[in-house]
Amino acid sequence: MKPSLFDYVAPRSVDEAVGLLKEDSGAMILAGGQSLIPAMNMRLASPSRLIDIQNIPGLSHITIGNGKIAVGAMARHREVELHDGVAAANPVLRAALGHVAHIPIRNRGTVVGSLCHADAAAEMPMILVLTGGSVQVAGSDGGREIAAQDFFQFHMTTSRQPDEMVVEAHFPALPPGAGFAFEEFTRRHGDYAIAAAGCILTRNGAGAVATVALAACGVSSKPLRLAAAEQILAGSRLTAADIKAAGDAACAAVTAPGDMHATAGYRKHLFATLVRRAVERAAARAQ
Amino acid sequence: MSTRLFGARIKRNIDPQLLRGEGSFIDDIPLAQALHVAFVRSPFARARINSIDISAAVAHPGVAAVYTCDNVGALDIEMPLLIPHSSMHDARTQRPLARDDVYYVGQTVAMIVAVDRYTAEDAAALVDVDYDPRDVEVDLEKAILDGAPLVHDTHEQNIAAHFVQVSGYPDSAIAQAEHVTKIRVQVDRSTAAPMECRAVAAQFDEVTGELTVWDGTQAPISVRGGLASIFKLDEDKVRVIAPNVGGGFGQKVLLFYPDELLVPMAAMQLGRPVKYIEDRRENFVGSSQERTQIHFMELYAKKTGEVIALRDSFLHDTGAFIPYGIAVAQVASTSIAGPYRIPNIWVEFKAIYTPTVPVTPYRGCGRPQACFAIERAMDQLADELGLDRFEIRRRNLIADHEFPYDREGLIFADGLKVSLDSGQYHKALAMMEERLDAPSFASAQAKARAEGKHLGLGLAFYVEGTGLGPYEGGHVRIHPITGKVYVNTGLTSQGQGHDTVFAQIAADQLGVKPEDVILVEGDTKAFDWGVATFASRAAVVSGNAIHKSAMIVRRKALQAAANMLEADVGDVELKDGAAWVKGTDRKVPLSAVATATNPLRYAFNEAAQAATQFAPASRHDGPSLDEGEHPGLEATDYYSPPCATWAYGVHGALIEVDPELCSVTIRKYVCIHDCGNMINPMIVEGQVMGGIAQGLGGAMYERIEFDETGNMLNANFVDFLVPYATEIPDVEILHLETPSPLNALGVKGVGEAGCIAVGAVVASGVEDALKALGGGKFRHTPITPSMIHAALDAA
Ligand SMILES: Cc1cc2nc3c(=O)[nH]c(=O)nc-3n(C[C@H](O)[C@H](O)[C@H](O)COP(=O)(O)OP(=O)(O)OC[C@H]3O[C@@H](n4cnc5c(N)ncnc54)[C@H](O)[C@@H]3O)c2cc1C
Repeated sequence: MKPSLFDYVAPRSVDEAVGLLKEDSGAMILAGGQSLIPAMNMRLASPSRLIDIQNIPGLSHITIGNGKIAVGAMARHREVELHDGVAAANPVLRAALGHVAHIPIRNRGTVVGSLCHADAAAEMPMILVLTGGSVQVAGSDGGREIAAQDFFQFHMTTSRQPDEMVVEAHFPALPPGAGFAFEEFTRRHGDYAIAAAGCILTRNGAGAVATVALAACGVSSKPLRLAAAEQILAGSRLTAADIKAAGDAACAAVTAPGDMHATAGYRKHLFATLVRRAVERAAARAQ
Repeated sequence: MSTRLFGARIKRNIDPQLLRGEGSFIDDIPLAQALHVAFVRSPFARARINSIDISAAVAHPGVAAVYTCDNVGALDIEMPLLIPHSSMHDARTQRPLARDDVYYVGQTVAMIVAVDRYTAEDAAALVDVDYDPRDVEVDLEKAILDGAPLVHDTHEQNIAAHFVQVSGYPDSAIAQAEHVTKIRVQVDRSTAAPMECRAVAAQFDEVTGELTVWDGTQAPISVRGGLASIFKLDEDKVRVIAPNVGGGFGQKVLLFYPDELLVPMAAMQLGRPVKYIEDRRENFVGSSQERTQIHFMELYAKKTGEVIALRDSFLHDTGAFIPYGIAVAQVASTSIAGPYRIPNIWVEFKAIYTPTVPVTPYRGCGRPQACFAIERAMDQLADELGLDRFEIRRRNLIADHEFPYDREGLIFADGLKVSLDSGQYHKALAMMEERLDAPSFASAQAKARAEGKHLGLGLAFYVEGTGLGPYEGGHVRIHPITGKVYVNTGLTSQGQGHDTVFAQIAADQLGVKPEDVILVEGDTKAFDWGVATFASRAAVVSGNAIHKSAMIVRRKALQAAANMLEADVGDVELKDGAAWVKGTDRKVPLSAVATATNPLRYAFNEAAQAATQFAPASRHDGPSLDEGEHPGLEATDYYSPPCATWAYGVHGALIEVDPELCSVTIRKYVCIHDCGNMINPMIVEGQVMGGIAQGLGGAMYERIEFDETGNMLNANFVDFLVPYATEIPDVEILHLETPSPLNALGVKGVGEAGCIAVGAVVASGVEDALKALGGGKFRHTPITPSMIHAALDAA
C-alpha cells in the first residue's frame, strides 16, 4: 500500500494549476486528500503528478449572498458544517455533513473535493442535486458554470474536462418557509450511504405541497432527483397514502445491484422508508 | 505488608508512554541502512505455477534481492505443523514461498528486498508469474461433496481432520428422551484486525554471529527455537524480541508466517538489516483468520426441559492449510455443552480445507461458535417446551455443589481433561434476571409494541476454559542499587497490561510500589523459558509463576533483613521499599538488603561498603556464600496448571429492531462475569469491554467476503466493517469472584471472555424482538440488515 512514483507541484494560482492540468493529462488535483491518497496507496490511482491546490490563495472561502452559499475549492467539510451562516441559509447542508465520514476526515476533506470525486453514495453530491446547485470551473479556455444535474455523470465520473478545475460550488439557499430533511442509513456511523434521501418542500396556505425536491444517493450510479415521487407529492395534502406512494415510486429509481452491505431487495425496502421519513420530516418542518 | 495491591484498580503503568506516542513498535526501531520487503502474492485461490520470471524485478533500480522458492535454500520447506493430533492425516502446511502450486489468494510467491518499501512494491509488480488456475469451491458445505474441487489432491472431500468425542452414554440417554430439538447454526469468518499489523525486522552481526529478530509475535521463545533449528544456529546466538505490539488476538501466535523466516534469512544473506511491515491489505489476505463453523445440534430433553443428551456435528473451515492443528475445532467441541449439566455428549467435527486464508485461533478460538450453537439450541428448546429462557437455563445449569464438574471423555486443547472447576452459575443468572428486570420484560415489550417499537431480550451464557499449560516461569530480582524489582516472564503482551498486573502480584510480596516493579517480557535475552500468550493464560500461568518466585525472594529478603536488623525474622515486615522491625521505626531499605546479600570486593557506594569482605557484617570464616546459597535477592520459579480453569459469564441485552430500516439498536447491555479473583478490576473491565466490542463486530458487522473464485472482496477497512466506538453501546459489567481452586492466586483468564457470548445474545434478542412480526429464527451471524429484511419478507 505505497503509491507509485509521482511528481508533486504546489501552484500559487488557479491559472497555474489549470496550466499544469493541460500540460499533463496524467496529473490530478490534490485537495484534502481523503479520497485520493488512499486510492494512490492502493494503486487504484497512479497520477503522474499531484497538483496540490492548498496554497492557492482565495479558495477557502464560504460566502453567503445572492440567495446562495458559495463554497471555495479548499473549504473543508468541517468548516462548512460549523458555519452558522451556512446553517441559517440552508440547514440541509449541516444535516448532511454530519453523515460525511468522521470529524478528523471532515477536518481535511473538502466539499468540492467530494463533488469532484463524485462517489455515487456520497452525501454532498446529492445535496448539490437536491438544492439545484452548480459548480464553477476554471479551464484553459476560461470558466463555465455546470448545473448539478449535468455535472454528475456516473459513479466517480463528472462532466469536468481533464484540464478544468472546480473553483467553487454553489448551493442555493432554502426557499422561505421550506422544510428540509436528510435521512440516511449506514451500517456504521460515518460510512458512505447504503441509501439516503433528501427532501426540501414548501406548503401553501392550505397545507398542500407547493414545491418539492427529493433526491437520493447510494441507490444508483449517481446522485438523482426523484422525479416520479416529486410528481406524486406535487399539490398533495401529504396523506399517508400519498407519502407511501411517493416512497414506492422512488423505489423504481433504485438500480444499484445487491452488494455485500445490502441485497437489492433490502435496499429498495430501506429506500422507500427513507423517502417516506424524509418527506414526513420535511413536511413537519415546513411552515 | 501494607494494603494489598492485588484487587486494586491501579492505572496501567504503560499507558502514559503509549498515549504520548513513546511506544516502540517494530517500525519505530531504528535500524541503519535497513532494507524493506514486499511480497508477490497469488491472485488465484488455486492455481498451478507454470513459471516465475523475476528478471525485470531483479534489474529494477534499488532492488537488493528477489527470492522465490528456488533460491531460499533451507527455507524451501513445508513449515511446521505446530500441534500434531491423530485426527489429521498428512496435515498440510504452507511453504514460505510457493512451489508449483498456490492455495489461496494472497499466498506468498516471491519476495522482493529493496531500499524502501515503495521500490519493493514497484519491483513486485514486475514479477511475471504464469499461473494455470484451477476450479475452486469456497462454500464449506459444498466443499465436502463428492466431486468438489480439491484444495489438496491428497485430501478427499477436502477433509483435513475428523474427530469424534463422547462423554457419558449418549445412545442410551437419547432413547430415554421425551423431546428433541434440532438446530443448524452458522458463524461466519472474521479476522482479528489488530491495530498494528504484523511486522518483522532482523539484523545479523557478522562479528558476534548473533541474529536479532524483532517480531510482533505472541510467542518469541518458540520463534527463537524455530529459527535456531531451521537456520542451524546456537540458540544463544538468536535473540527474539517482541517489543510493543499493537494487538494480537491470536493472529500473532501462529508461527511461522513466511516473513518470520524469510526476513531473518535475507538479513543474514544481505548483511544489512531487513524489515517487513505488513500493510492492512496483506493482513487481510495473508494473516490467519477464524470463525466459520456450521453446527448441526440436537438436544435430547425430558418434558421438564432437563437436557439429558447432546449430539453435535459440525464443519470447521480451516482454510488452505492447518498449521495450528485442530485447536479451534477442539476447543469448540469441548465447550459445546456450555455451563449445563448435560451428562451425555456426542460431538463430531470435520475440519475442511478451503482455498482461503488459513484458519488459526482468533480471540475466542471456537468458543463463540460453540456458545452460539448451544445457546441458540437452548432458546429453541425453551420455545418448544413453552418455558421461559431463564427457566430452561436454571433447570440445566451446574449447581455450585456439583463442582468440580468433569466431562469424562472429552479432552481439551491442552490434552487434559475437561473439568469445570468452580463457579456460581445460578447466582450469575439470577443477577442477570434482576439487572434486565426480566420478569416485567414481557409487559414492557407489549407496551413498546403498542407504540410501534419492537423490543427483544437477548440472553446467553458462556464458559471458557482458560489458563492452559504447559507452563510459564517468573524471574524476580531486587536491584541492589535502586531497590526496584525486576520481573521477567517468557510470554509477552500485546497491550493487555501485563506490566501492571504482574507488578501488583510482585509488589504485594515485596512491599514496593507497583511503579517500582519493572517488567521485561517478550525478549529471549531477558528470560527464555516459557510458551506464549494465548488461551487467556497470562494472568493464570505467568501470574502464578511470578507469585511463587516473589514469595521466595520475600523469604530471602526477610531473612537477610532480620540479620541486618538483628531482629527475629517473624518481627520483620516489608513495606514502602524497606524492611522494618514491626511497630518500630527501625528499617533498612530493600536496596541495602539486596546489596548486603551480595558479597562484594569493591565498595562502589555506601550500601556496598557494608557488603565488602572486610566489613564487620561480612566477617565470618569460610566462603562468603555458603554451599547452595546464591547472591542477591533473586529467584526463578515456574507454574504448571493441572488443567484449564473455567471462567464463565452471562450476557444479556435489551435490543430494539426497526423493521423498516431493518436496523438493530442495543438499548442496554449487561455482562456478568466471573474470572475468579481479580488482580485489577479495571484491567478486567477493559478486557471484557474490548471483547464485547470485538464480539459485536462478529455479531453484526464483520464478515470476510469471498467471491466464488476465492477472491476476498473486502480486504480493507472500508468494506470489512469493524465497528467504530459509535457502534458500541454502553455496557454494564458486574463481577462475581469465585476463586479458582487450581492455583494459589485463585485467578482465571479473562482475555477472550468478552467476545464469546455476544453473537448469541444479539441473535436471541433480535429473534425475540421480531417474534410478533413472524420474523422467524436467527441462527447465523453476523446478523445484517439484509438478513433481517429477508426474514421479515418471508414472514
Ligand atoms: C474513512 C473515510 C470515510 C469517508 N466517508 C465518507 C462518507 O461517508 N461520505 C462521503 O461523502 N465521503 C466520505 N469520505 C471521503 C471524504 O469525504 C473526502 O474528503 C472527499 O470525498 C474528497 O475530498 P478531498 O478534499 O479529500 O479530495 P481529494 O481526496 O483530494 O480528491 C478527491 C478527487 O477529487 C479531485 N479534486 C479535488 N478537488 C478538485 C477540484 N477543485 N477540481 C477538480 N478536481 C478536484 C481529485 O483530483 C480527486 O480525484 C470518507 C473518507 C475516508 C478516508
